[in-house]
Amino acid sequence: MKEKAEGEKEYLFDKPRNVNRLLGCFFSSLGILLIIEFFIHKHPHFAWEGWLEFYAVYGFVACVALVLAAKYILRPLMKRREDYYD
Amino acid sequence: MISTVPPAFIFIIGGLLVPFIKGKWKSAYLLLIPCIGFINLISVPEGVHWVVRFLDWELVFGRMDRLSLLFGYIFHLITFIALLYALHVKDDLQHVAGLVYAGSALGVVFAGDIFSFFIFWEMLTVSSIFLIWARRTRAAQAAGYRYLLVHAAGGLCLLAGIVLYVNQTGSIEFGYIGLNGLATYLIFFGFGINCAWPVLHPWLTDAYPEATITGTIFLSAFTTKCAVYALARAFPGTEALIWIGAIMTGFPIFYAVIENDLRRVLAYSLINQVGFMVCGIGIGTALSINGAVAHVFNDVLFKALLFMSMGAVMYRTGKINGTALGGLYRTMPFTCICCMVGAASISAFPLFSGFVSKSMVMDAAAKGHMTGIWFLLLFASAGVFHHAGIKIPFFAFFGHDSGMRPKEAPVNMLLAMGITAFLCIFIGSFPGPLYSLLPYPVDYVPYTAPHVVGQTQLLFFSALAFSLLILSGIYPGEMRCVNLDSDWFYRKGGRLFYYIMDNLFNGLNRASEKVFVGGLAGYLGRVSKDGPSRAALLALVPAWVISGATGEKLAHKKASLRAAVQTGTSPVGITAALATIFLIVVFLLM
Repeated sequence: MKEKAEGEKEYLFDKPRNVNRLLGCFFSSLGILLIIEFFIHKHPHFAWEGWLEFYAVYGFVACVALVLAAKYILRPLMKRREDYYD
Repeated sequence: MISTVPPAFIFIIGGLLVPFIKGKWKSAYLLLIPCIGFINLISVPEGVHWVVRFLDWELVFGRMDRLSLLFGYIFHLITFIALLYALHVKDDLQHVAGLVYAGSALGVVFAGDIFSFFIFWEMLTVSSIFLIWARRTRAAQAAGYRYLLVHAAGGLCLLAGIVLYVNQTGSIEFGYIGLNGLATYLIFFGFGINCAWPVLHPWLTDAYPEATITGTIFLSAFTTKCAVYALARAFPGTEALIWIGAIMTGFPIFYAVIENDLRRVLAYSLINQVGFMVCGIGIGTALSINGAVAHVFNDVLFKALLFMSMGAVMYRTGKINGTALGGLYRTMPFTCICCMVGAASISAFPLFSGFVSKSMVMDAAAKGHMTGIWFLLLFASAGVFHHAGIKIPFFAFFGHDSGMRPKEAPVNMLLAMGITAFLCIFIGSFPGPLYSLLPYPVDYVPYTAPHVVGQTQLLFFSALAFSLLILSGIYPGEMRCVNLDSDWFYRKGGRLFYYIMDNLFNGLNRASEKVFVGGLAGYLGRVSKDGPSRAALLALVPAWVISGATGEKLAHKKASLRAAVQTGTSPVGITAALATIFLIVVFLLM
């Protein structure tokens, strides 16, 4: 297998400009998603599905909670050395 | 009409013949098996076929209805894909095991009676174990043994349930069972082990990442899906399954976030996806069962695609830990794109396959007003995007630059991944053909504006959470470590059991040896050797002393008596005298 060589060609995300473009696209699509909700007619099963930006907030909060719980609760409880079972 | 055979037989017999095909024909032969199998399958009309009388029972090898046929189609399809992916493998053992394993899975889904069902069910375990052992590492060997032991226990539990059940009902037909009484609980539990229910699940996350690169593709497709089929057949609408399924979708994602081995992350997300299916079966409405079964079809494809992309990375770099990988998009762009298609599908992005099936289960939960379940499933939907959808591609192909510049995956792997990626997008964009194959008529439209926007918001804002957590450094870094799971109980418990058994039984053994071999046997030997001469001396020495024998004469008499008794050559007179004394003693005692 080849390793990284000196002076090799630049790949897509080696250029900071491309990374910034990607992030720009991502953040603007977040904005569009938030705005688009005002223009659609909802027919929710549950009342909270009708709340403004319910899915966006839930998705964000759920993931932050997931990561924090995994990092600060599960990992300290469950982490052992790699050779624990050997 | 051409004559047809049970689908399982084509795969099993075809698989066993693999070692006899040599050279360049082998690849063609391997790919031909699922093709012939598929032609055979679509030539069989719905109904009951291949009924064989065995003793007083009727074994049914072909119960073809809409439920079993859908599983049949996807099993044929994934066998073709997995074989294509594995064409470069020179190890016949893996091809044979893979085909027999696929054949057993077909046997399970088409079995109309519970006996042949059980035989094929056990064959699943026996054949799949070789896909793990074929890795030929110590870790794989040990994980394989644990896999075998867990499945043997599950199989025995199922067998006990079947024996009781057949005894009670007098019928061996395999149909709706439902939960009532010990027999049905044992069967339920036996299915649950193969289905990787919470706490019973670690065989999966332990063994699958230890299997061979190509073996894992087979493994991810069959065992759990057969269990889902069995639950859909025997326990639809069982309320316990709703909660079991919902918990299955939830807890693995926490583990997946902190796991380093990327194939193990996928193994956790496999449990998470099977949770949606189990939950759908538990809800038991036409919509939810349709959703569960459609999700089986899609999950087999996108999970295989993710495992294939990670397998390709492992094949080229020899590494699979998140800590060692990164930046591979540079030289493995096609694998990277396929991985992202799989990631988008498992995360249920609109236009990708997961979207059109997972939402059916969610919708069924909402229609049943199951608030808690619905929130759990939604949490799991966001979480799966987080760990399988972003973490896998990010840590393998982007993230920090590992400095490795491996070649793109071999052509056969690329083809297999390409076909699967195409199917994931096709099903996601045009769900009609899949819906037309589902067990119940489908009255469901996945692409409505609120659904598409809601789901996209959920996923994009999960992605936002991931980005912010990574940028702020809060996201838990990958670590080389082991995370304890419920397998701790038998991995450490097994050692405790061994320690106790070792000390108890070997201790007993040592004590017995000391007492019986070292002590008692020697004592008995000495007693039987010296006892008679001592008794004779005890009786005769006083008589000799009275008759005046002393000193050397007495010592000489003692020595000759000892020799005479030990060699059994005492003078007749003495023997007769002893016999007389013995008789007198006996007479007096009586």
